[in-house]
Amino acid sequence: MSTLTALARAQARMADVAQRVATVRHVHIGTRPMVLVPLALAGEANAPLAALVGDDPATPRLFVVSQPRNRDERFAFAAELASVIVPYVEGFAATTEQVPAERGETRARSLDAPQLVLPNRAGIAFTRLLGRSTRFRRPDGDHPVDPAVPVLGRWLSFLTERAEHPGSCLMLAATEALSLHWASGQSELEDLNLATLLAWIDPPPGVGGAAAAAVGEDPLASPPAGPVTDPGFDNDVLAPLIDAFARTTEAARSESGASAELGHAAVRRARSALERALTGQLLPTWQLVWRALELLRELPAGDHVARRWEADRDAFTGYAAYLRDGGLPQPRRDGAVAAARRLNWLERAQASFAAQRAFDDPLVMAEYRMTGEAFAGQVVAADPGRVSEGAKRRVLRPWITVATADPVLVMPGTVVTSPARRGQKAQVISVTAAVAPGPVHPVMLEAGNGASGPALVALELSGGMGRGLVAPPGSVPEPGERVCYSTLTADYLPIAEFPPPEQTPWTHGGPPAPYEPDDEDAAEDWS
Amino acid sequence: MTGVPTTAGAAARGGTVSAASLAVAAADQVIADLAAGHRAVVVDSPPGAGKSALVVRAARALAGAGEPVMLVAQTNGQVDDLVDRLASAALVRSGSAGLAGAAGAVAGPIGRLCGQDYVPSARVRRHAGVTVSTEIGDLADCVVVVGTAAKWATVRAGAWSCAWAVVDEAYQMRSDLLLRIAGQFDRALLVGDPGQLDPFATVDIDRWAGLTWDPMQSAVEVLLRHNPDVVVRRLPVSWRLPPSAVPVVAEAFYPFGGFAAGSGPGDRRLAFSSSSLWRDEPVDAALSLAVQTGWALYELPARHTVRTDSEAVQACAALAARLLQRGCVAYSEAHPGGMPAGADRIAIGTAHRDQARAIRNALGPALAAVTVDTANRLQGREFDVTIVLHPLSGRVDATAFHLEAGRLCVLASRHRHACIVVARAGIPELLDAYPSTEPVHLNVPAKFPDGWEANQAVMAHLTGHRVSAR
Repeated sequence: MSTLTALARAQARMADVAQRVATVRHVHIGTRPMVLVPLALAGEANAPLAALVGDDPATPRLFVVSQPRNRDERFAFAAELASVIVPYVEGFAATTEQVPAERGETRARSLDAPQLVLPNRAGIAFTRLLGRSTRFRRPDGDHPVDPAVPVLGRWLSFLTERAEHPGSCLMLAATEALSLHWASGQSELEDLNLATLLAWIDPPPGVGGAAAAAVGEDPLASPPAGPVTDPGFDNDVLAPLIDAFARTTEAARSESGASAELGHAAVRRARSALERALTGQLLPTWQLVWRALELLRELPAGDHVARRWEADRDAFTGYAAYLRDGGLPQPRRDGAVAAARRLNWLERAQASFAAQRAFDDPLVMAEYRMTGEAFAGQVVAADPGRVSEGAKRRVLRPWITVATADPVLVMPGTVVTSPARRGQKAQVISVTAAVAPGPVHPVMLEAGNGASGPALVALELSGGMGRGLVAPPGSVPEPGERVCYSTLTADYLPIAEFPPPEQTPWTHGGPPAPYEPDDEDAAEDWS
Repeated sequence: MTGVPTTAGAAARGGTVSAASLAVAAADQVIADLAAGHRAVVVDSPPGAGKSALVVRAARALAGAGEPVMLVAQTNGQVDDLVDRLASAALVRSGSAGLAGAAGAVAGPIGRLCGQDYVPSARVRRHAGVTVSTEIGDLADCVVVVGTAAKWATVRAGAWSCAWAVVDEAYQMRSDLLLRIAGQFDRALLVGDPGQLDPFATVDIDRWAGLTWDPMQSAVEVLLRHNPDVVVRRLPVSWRLPPSAVPVVAEAFYPFGGFAAGSGPGDRRLAFSSSSLWRDEPVDAALSLAVQTGWALYELPARHTVRTDSEAVQACAALAARLLQRGCVAYSEAHPGGMPAGADRIAIGTAHRDQARAIRNALGPALAAVTVDTANRLQGREFDVTIVLHPLSGRVDATAFHLEAGRLCVLASRHRHACIVVARAGIPELLDAYPSTEPVHLNVPAKFPDGWEANQAVMAHLTGHRVSAR
């Protein structure tokens, strides 16, 4: 946790309401997001129990596995879920625009993309495993499933992989999206609870954040956001209802005639009692997720949000086309080259997401100013006409001097950029460092230290000033202007080159055997 | 603090085998392995065990066989050091004995492969036989080409290939980087210090945990997991660490390897040239203790602080300033007559960059020659006296970052004479309150040493060298 976030948390505690840690919104909130609130059965790895899903807050669809240990019911649940999610997702692939691609060509990009919102990171982990359990299934062969099930598996796998990608918004966890913008008065661990986090951010009228969060911690007042259920609910409510359902189903099967009719009615009653109980557990979280989306949507979007969403749309368009062409399910695990390549993508995405957020948001930039990777201050001197002898010709290299009260960590020689002039590089020529204020040890006082004052940073500018030897007006900061420079770069990060998988070297186990789908895939246990 | 508990050390002190001959035998063994037809050889080296000398010797031996050799290091500074050593060795030709050995000089020019922004340092420029270029094509005539792993990774496939690669600091190189350069060589010698910091990734995901080719592990780990028959050798003698430091560092950070001190108990000594300056103050008491025993813990009162704890920062600066004020002289086997330990022979190590900056500011321009840096950047460097701001000082919690064994190992093993640790009281209690809670994954080899345990071991030792700052 950074010093600024720690301060914001302390302030939130004092003010009894969450404090903003971002001035703009850093996530894209779709025009038509879909919310998914899953619940899992306790005691069994990733056994689905129930889910509320839909793209309209007023009409959630409820799917329930009335006997969670029955594998057939699990696949029926997956098929039901697919009947809502797959048409929603694939609907976005229908309308595309043409955007410029390399070498003057154009390529298609979906006008919009799906956005699946889960209550928390654990919900995403559940969805990932649900995708893993369904993507290799087959509609034919020994263990046939509904044809939509493997398609659902592929889409859920795609979306959860995308959720690992820093800055991607195709799949969001509500708690994470909120924490990016608000600091609550509770710990990071407690922030994983959507109910208490929202209580701090948006307490009911007349109630303080801490008091509202206390209500959020009560599993009876606000059931857990899942996928893990409240053990009290499991024991006192869920177990008897599942037993009753199993009992009535068994009884109805052995009856005939009029008593069979009565038996079926009993099964229906048992089923609806189970559905009512699970709705009671799911609905509060469903409403919280939509409330979170509402709150986020009220914030103004940061400058780079649309650009990151374009990348998401590109990824979505690409995968939709891949599936249309009969693409294979995602492999069970990444090979050596695929893993290294993915790590390289993720690190590049991480760096540019961090930089873009800082450029979009002075509060985020302040974090870097605290650690000395950025500094803000006033231009006190400028030599806009300075020309230096380049390797081939004379080039325009203006100098400016910035006075800053920030602690400056950057060393002479470092290249920094300003969010206001992103095309322009500034090389640090010299820093006359400030001395950190604070108590000074007597030995150091003897040595004549302990003075404190602003630092002066001299910068040499290049780029963003046209090709001539005179800088166009406005391209060089003028004395008096407030500027901010940082070592962050949002744009250029080299893409690493890796050998093709079939040339995986001996150090990494040699070339892997290529994946061939077979019947074993469909026979795999779901657990 | 004169005991040397390892078997190598015991033998060395028994007089039958000297530390020097043990070290030479180990290096000879590695050179013999290179000729024995192994696909790869891994050499584990404790701090200051002559790793670079071995790398240079191996490169020369392999180049002597007529094949071009690619030499890989991790930073431009390390590459320049290797170039300098290689070129100097070539100039000396025969007759230079010592650890590097003198089995024939490099018969041919040395190449320095570099990036676009690289400016050759003075120690590279002074050698006429070194060709510096950004293009591998310009270095075709060179018998040894040295470059950073990141630069080698940009060499186009097929533009360069060789029989042997020698990789220095291989434990700090990430698996994915090895993947990118492994196509350029058939066999490899990987040399590194397993006790130092592991490579890190900026994203935190466990997607690949348990895979043998997990790109976030080190180059040595991935190589050993796919080639279990690879020969692993160990250098047995630390020439840097004094006899007072070897048992502490070996026990805490090299629990299974162990190593001996190259210097004898009486070889290393510190003294102050101006004893009249001594005052009855904690700073002087800590310095005296460090001079006498090789260790001191300058303990500030327990308190939870921000990272740049101003009292701890001032204490680090004051210790360095006072050390220089009193004129410290270092006597060692290399300089029996004594060498002043000036500002350039003193380092202050921290866990975070902002701490290093705060200390640099506190030192001011007068003491700018004192090296102040983070553990990551002090790796591979050597000083007479080090002052360490303990990574756990003043912290409320102990995170995996602060518990990492490699971080403390780097900080506690940079010195030839003495190490002074600055810390808030209460670190053992903090460790007890925060046992490591990292998730355990299937099929991931257990890591030794455990950071938590190593921290406890070092603190247990330092407790006996405590000076309270009141």
